[in-house]
Amino acid sequence: MSSVELRNVSKRFSMVDALSDVSFSIKDGEFFVLLGPTGAGKTTTLRVIAALEKQDAGSVYFDGESADHLQPAERDVAMVFQQYSLYPTMTVWDNLAFPLRSPMRNVPQAEIEKRIADVAEKLRITHLLDRKTARLSGGEMQRVAIGRAIVRQPRIFLMDEPLSNLDAKLREALRVELQHLQKTQGDTTLLVTHDQIEALTMADRIAVLDRGRIIQIGTPAEIYDKPASTFVATLVGTPRINLLPVRRQDGSLFIENSELHIPVPTTVPLPEQLLLGIRPEDVRIAAGGPHAGQISLTEPLGVETIVHIQSGRQTLLSLMSGITNIKVGDGVTFSLFQERLHLFETDGRRIV
Amino acid sequence: MANFYETGPAKPVTESVRVDKVTPGARARHNIRAAAVILFAIIGLIPIFIMVVTAFKTRADVVAVPPKVLFQPTLEGFVFLLTERVVLPPAALAEKKQSLEQLDWMERVAMASGQTITGPSDYVRRLWNSVIIAGISTLISVFLGLLAAYAFSRFPIAGKDDLLFFILSTRMLPAVVVTIPLFLMYRQFGLHDTHLGMILLYTAFNLSLAVWLLKGFIDEIPKEYEEAALVDGYSRMQAFRKIVIPQAATGIAATTVFSVIFAWNEYAFALMLTSEEARTAPPSIATMLGRGGIEWSAIAAGSLGFLIPVVIVTFILRKYLLRGVTFGAIRQ
Repeated sequence: MSSVELRNVSKRFSMVDALSDVSFSIKDGEFFVLLGPTGAGKTTTLRVIAALEKQDAGSVYFDGESADHLQPAERDVAMVFQQYSLYPTMTVWDNLAFPLRSPMRNVPQAEIEKRIADVAEKLRITHLLDRKTARLSGGEMQRVAIGRAIVRQPRIFLMDEPLSNLDAKLREALRVELQHLQKTQGDTTLLVTHDQIEALTMADRIAVLDRGRIIQIGTPAEIYDKPASTFVATLVGTPRINLLPVRRQDGSLFIENSELHIPVPTTVPLPEQLLLGIRPEDVRIAAGGPHAGQISLTEPLGVETIVHIQSGRQTLLSLMSGITNIKVGDGVTFSLFQERLHLFETDGRRIV
Repeated sequence: MANFYETGPAKPVTESVRVDKVTPGARARHNIRAAAVILFAIIGLIPIFIMVVTAFKTRADVVAVPPKVLFQPTLEGFVFLLTERVVLPPAALAEKKQSLEQLDWMERVAMASGQTITGPSDYVRRLWNSVIIAGISTLISVFLGLLAAYAFSRFPIAGKDDLLFFILSTRMLPAVVVTIPLFLMYRQFGLHDTHLGMILLYTAFNLSLAVWLLKGFIDEIPKEYEEAALVDGYSRMQAFRKIVIPQAATGIAATTVFSVIFAWNEYAFALMLTSEEARTAPPSIATMLGRGGIEWSAIAAGSLGFLIPVVIVTFILRKYLLRGVTFGAIRQ
């Protein structure tokens, strides 16, 4: 296993900047997640690391040494493709053996058999080894694809949305498995996803990507609690963060189109117009709270209920645990968790 | 009764019938369709049937009106096909009849029409020429076509579309238009009536078909498979050999059959550009028409022999062909 670093990598496709000036480093044994919406350049980043795509500028380093001159085969990375890309003319066993049979590695036959047996055991696919890959279900294909990556010891695992083609239940199960596998083997892993839950649950660190640029790099807690911009704030967390335009006046923040106002929470100088972000769990419905509103909608999810509170023409989402007996139309009072407010410039940059 | 879900069906399930396919109406439609297909097949097979029958008829039976359905089969046609003969004068014939026992069966068949064998004909040699020329030109054009198609399919090539059109345009000239210039060129370069000349010519003609056909098939193979192989530690060529070629098998089979059939059946070029050494079967069968009366049974026997290699090639490749000739339209 190795550390991997990207320095100032840029890549252009005819008209679009797929990556502009992307830099980050992945430590040895780290589970690093690239998070971003479709078209953010996540997959391109993976392909640059695997040398399937040549960057226009910048460099890729493995263990501090430039890897730019290395062909895909020489980079010694393992990749799990979004569409699995299992070789359709081969059996599962042959698919797993394929990377080991590479002329670059020359693994002896006995060793190949042993390693495949180990991996099949680990991923519980021993009963599938003789099958043609077209005869597998989605979850089984995904296991085999992961197996083909972990059957050798590459420098880094690159996983391109490995769970996105699975149904919700299977995705959850494989997510846990993947995390367990990574933690027990200590593999350096770079996973690409557009699913913020996958990112938050699995990552040691997350890099948020938007339109080819890195917006923020940090631990899941940093990403969630200190989003660098409104883009990150809305990308991470369900239900979505409340983002409200506010006006600063006489030491108070007035939320536009509503009766709500709060004292300015910091000593940092603030512009006159700004955006206030507050996560639903920090909007607490409580008797005697300083703010008042009316319930416009409730979404009971079992474990928790999303409550829409209307104040003027603004609606705030609030999260309550369990199923509540509050009904649409009820008047409620609530408080905003003062320490957990996020302030952004009107262009989206975080202020504090 | 045991639980079906635990034990499965009592008998192995070897076929399935959709519920909407068992009504009388659906069955009737199915039968009508089947009957139409059989009728069409019979009509299509009539010429081949006549050819087979003719090959085994005597000269008298061939020209009989109305055509004889029941007849005494004879190998006369095949003997005439494979040998050169002269007509014996009556005296020599009578003399030869005395020593009938010492003659082999071919001589006896020849003598039945008053002839004697003077040597083997060049039919076998010409069939062999056809096999060599069609075989080698097909191998070369499929091999080169595969490499070119892969390059066109996967790599950014400057002027790709123009090049592809240029390759296709080589097929646009009718053969008769180019035979004269080719004839002059071939004579100049010493390629006239050589195997090499014919192989080059057929390869050049088949290559455009091979490139276009195979490009279509390779386009359909997602390039992620090769990328996976590259990451797994293989070079471009290794990935091509181990990943692309197995998946392009149907396309390769279809292209092979098309190339073989073209090279095997080609008549115009072969007639103009070969005479003795490299003459292929199609023009030589045609020239049999003109040699001292029309030997219909010999011609039919020759055509029959000419048919067999194509049938063998197609039969060997048939399991790939069924999917191949639909041009991947039913992929998944």
